[in-house]
Amino acid sequence: MENYFKKETFYNIGQDLFKNLEKDEDLTIALSGEETNYVRFNGAKVRQSLNVIQGDFIMTLNSKNKTASLRVGFADCKEEGQYERNLNRLKDGLKELRVETSTLPEDPYLVPTENHGHYEKEHVGSLPSTNKLMENILGANQEIDLVGVYSGGRLLRANLNSKGQKQWFSTINFLVDFSLYDKNHNAVKEQYGGANWNQEAFSQQIKLAKKQLELMAKPKIKVPRGHYKTYFGPAAVHEILGMMSWGAVSGSSWKKGESALGQLADGTKKLSPKFSLQENFELGLCPPFNERGEISKEKLSIISNGNLETFLISSKTAQEYNLEDNGASQYEGLRSPSILPGDLKEEDILKSIGTGLYLSNLHYLNWSDQRGGRMTGMTRFACFWVENGELVAPIEDLRFDESLYKFFGENLIDLTQFTETFPETGSYQNKGIGGSKVPGMIVKDFAFTL
Amino acid sequence: MNHEQIKKVFKEVCPSGIDFISLKLIKTKAKLCSVKNSFPHSNKLVMDEGVQIEVLHKGQFSYAATHDVSPQGIKAAVNKAIFLNEHSLKWNLYPFSLKTRPSFELRNKKTSSKDLKTKTTLGEINDVLSLACDVMKKESGIIHCEGHGSLRNIETYYLTTNGSEDLNSKNLLDFSLKAIAKNDNDIQTRTWGNTLQLGPSFFQKDLFKKEAFRVAREAVELTHAPECPTETMDLIILPDQMILQIHESIGHPLELDRILGDERNYAGLSFIKKENFGEYQYGSPKLNITFDPTVETEAASYSLDDTGVKASKEFIIKEGKLLRGLGSLESQERTNLKGVACSRMSSWNRPPIDRMANLNLEPGVATFDSMVSQVKRGIVMATNKSWSIDDYRNKFQFGCEYAQLIEDGRTTKIVKNPNYRGITTPFWHNLKEVGDAKSREIFGTAYCGKGEPNQAIEVGHASPACLFENIEVFGGA
Ligand SMILES: [Zn+2]
Repeated sequence: MENYFKKETFYNIGQDLFKNLEKDEDLTIALSGEETNYVRFNGAKVRQSLNVIQGDFIMTLNSKNKTASLRVGFADCKEEGQYERNLNRLKDGLKELRVETSTLPEDPYLVPTENHGHYEKEHVGSLPSTNKLMENILGANQEIDLVGVYSGGRLLRANLNSKGQKQWFSTINFLVDFSLYDKNHNAVKEQYGGANWNQEAFSQQIKLAKKQLELMAKPKIKVPRGHYKTYFGPAAVHEILGMMSWGAVSGSSWKKGESALGQLADGTKKLSPKFSLQENFELGLCPPFNERGEISKEKLSIISNGNLETFLISSKTAQEYNLEDNGASQYEGLRSPSILPGDLKEEDILKSIGTGLYLSNLHYLNWSDQRGGRMTGMTRFACFWVENGELVAPIEDLRFDESLYKFFGENLIDLTQFTETFPETGSYQNKGIGGSKVPGMIVKDFAFTL
Repeated sequence: MNHEQIKKVFKEVCPSGIDFISLKLIKTKAKLCSVKNSFPHSNKLVMDEGVQIEVLHKGQFSYAATHDVSPQGIKAAVNKAIFLNEHSLKWNLYPFSLKTRPSFELRNKKTSSKDLKTKTTLGEINDVLSLACDVMKKESGIIHCEGHGSLRNIETYYLTTNGSEDLNSKNLLDFSLKAIAKNDNDIQTRTWGNTLQLGPSFFQKDLFKKEAFRVAREAVELTHAPECPTETMDLIILPDQMILQIHESIGHPLELDRILGDERNYAGLSFIKKENFGEYQYGSPKLNITFDPTVETEAASYSLDDTGVKASKEFIIKEGKLLRGLGSLESQERTNLKGVACSRMSSWNRPPIDRMANLNLEPGVATFDSMVSQVKRGIVMATNKSWSIDDYRNKFQFGCEYAQLIEDGRTTKIVKNPNYRGITTPFWHNLKEVGDAKSREIFGTAYCGKGEPNQAIEVGHASPACLFENIEVFGGA
């Protein structure tokens, strides 16, 4: 990895930019940077490979009770004169931002620029070397139908402001996000990720996936719609958790009357005392600071034993609704959530299902009634019918439609003792950062509708 | 660097002996404005510039993309793409021919006269949205309102080692209004929005005020409405929901890269197989679907796709029969099927893949009133609220914002929380009437998601209102 995005360069260019501020102006600068290699494979062969060097430099200007921001592409290569060229571009950007900001009306809920303190963390790691990358992923797997994507590289998030705030977080990591398919379109999905590539560990993961795929060799059963006792593996719970960031835990969506947790907040509905959700930055997957440099508590309890502790409240929402903010991002989504484990042992899962469904993954979730907390989605990958505590056969995909007040509420039987960590896989616009840590769960009377 | 300088650098840094290299320099300028309860909520500018290098050598595609647009940065990107190519040759999925990158003529497509650079300010967009909020707030029962408006100008300079050169520029407009109403027992939301290739002149105060009034009134109306019934009945879908129906249950399953399995780890596969093209009866004979990149204001109209292929209108489904897939020259080589010019990338930092672009349902002859009059017991649904479909694109469930019952050939009461579900092929076979050109509207979205790494891109869908028989309809929680 070439050394793009040096801390000193970023700090220096920020300070040089602050020199151009006028009286009554404050500037916050957030940088998201990455150098990432992607290898997209299908049938254990390479479809496309890509190297990306991307820096998004976002300036937010506060001036006379008005505010606006500007995103500029930024890469600080070592070439002669590049620093000056970049600085000049950013200065021009600042000028344009100043003009545009002045066209806006005053913002009564403006978030003032403050120094939220100093933070620095650099996670190190060792990626597979680029010239061995494809050999490492595909070399031993030519006889199987392996499909997915490798992504690996260095990611950073940094923040400066004209009040003296300085923050830097960088991490090196990789992820092989893959599925194995058999000839009958049965499939299992797995991830192998981390900071230090270990060929043995990757091979082990493939071996486990193959074993699981063998379990799917029997013809698929068509399960009629209805209510079933259902086990959700951690990857399926992770999908459901993703929905919480989409109009459930957001303080703004609560205040607008849209939140799926609104009924929990007003006391008309309850969740199970077995269910606890927190933001947990101790996972180390992303920085605790947000775009403005506001720093969240390392552990922030959202729901504790079924009780709502807080929504995620950004400083903007706090201004608008006269609340106290808790360092949430502007989007007010979960960045590093964990659902706390329960008592169900791995070896007791099938026995505990008795007769019902074992779902490893879910697909394409959406609210079917957001305010009612009801969501719909599909089963996907390794999903089985279970009878008398034994896996019978894989199932044809089923659609579910069920309220979180049921499956995280009265119908939640237990969560597993074990948890799994899922690094963020999203890469729209740029490579995502963060992840989640979740157990599996078992639920009674879960509703399948198609 | 100007284009001549870039051309010079590109010539210098591309080694001979590589079959094909292309460069795309993509500049994006954007203004994004959002207003909440009449106050400025978020105001953003974008000035982005990045380069993508594509290498096709010995049948293998490789890419390098960078924000470093200096000569050094371009040189480094060319070297990286070649390096990745060398190391992936051994693992080649398919030996793509050079025919997948045809040469094209320089077509200095003129930039729309209503260019972004004509100084529409954030303040001006804010004013229109703020005024719309004022109108919404006035309606009693409204507890929240917001508006969003953005203008993007994207300029692409495209160079290839086979001597082709292109410069094109497009404007994308994206906007929405939203009103949330509350009464004692319910909260309801109504929205209006679209994504089109239009410029700043769209932000007309009178238009936004008119729509704001409608959206707010309908939100309030919904809070007093009964729940949508749960029963199987006839369904008329208005264009702003047809867009999702076409997108999810026709567009995605016909993308050839899905059928080829490239998306199996993420977006999914398709119930359609290669051998179905030319044979399969996808829906009733009233179903006519075109890939149409020629509709001027539609979100994904263009003259060349992102691999330099000339784009033209093609029938995908004619009289219900499946004719052609949504696949680039790469997918066409792999499948030996006919496709369309649909290879697109979300920006300089992602490789081109098969995307649906504009996919339209061609108008029929039925007036809206004549469709209603045919229905004994049914429902009209408008504006998508919720969408979900399986990874083979069979079992879908959609929710809408607003609905009105049809009883004995007449529209009657408004109902809230309308949803419907179905399975793709039987659903399209239940298409009984297709509305006439008068009921046809053009919609788009900027957020069709697909690909590994992920890419969100704009797509357009034009459709009239359509009548479907015997659909499973249901209400809220
Ligand atoms: Zn899509």
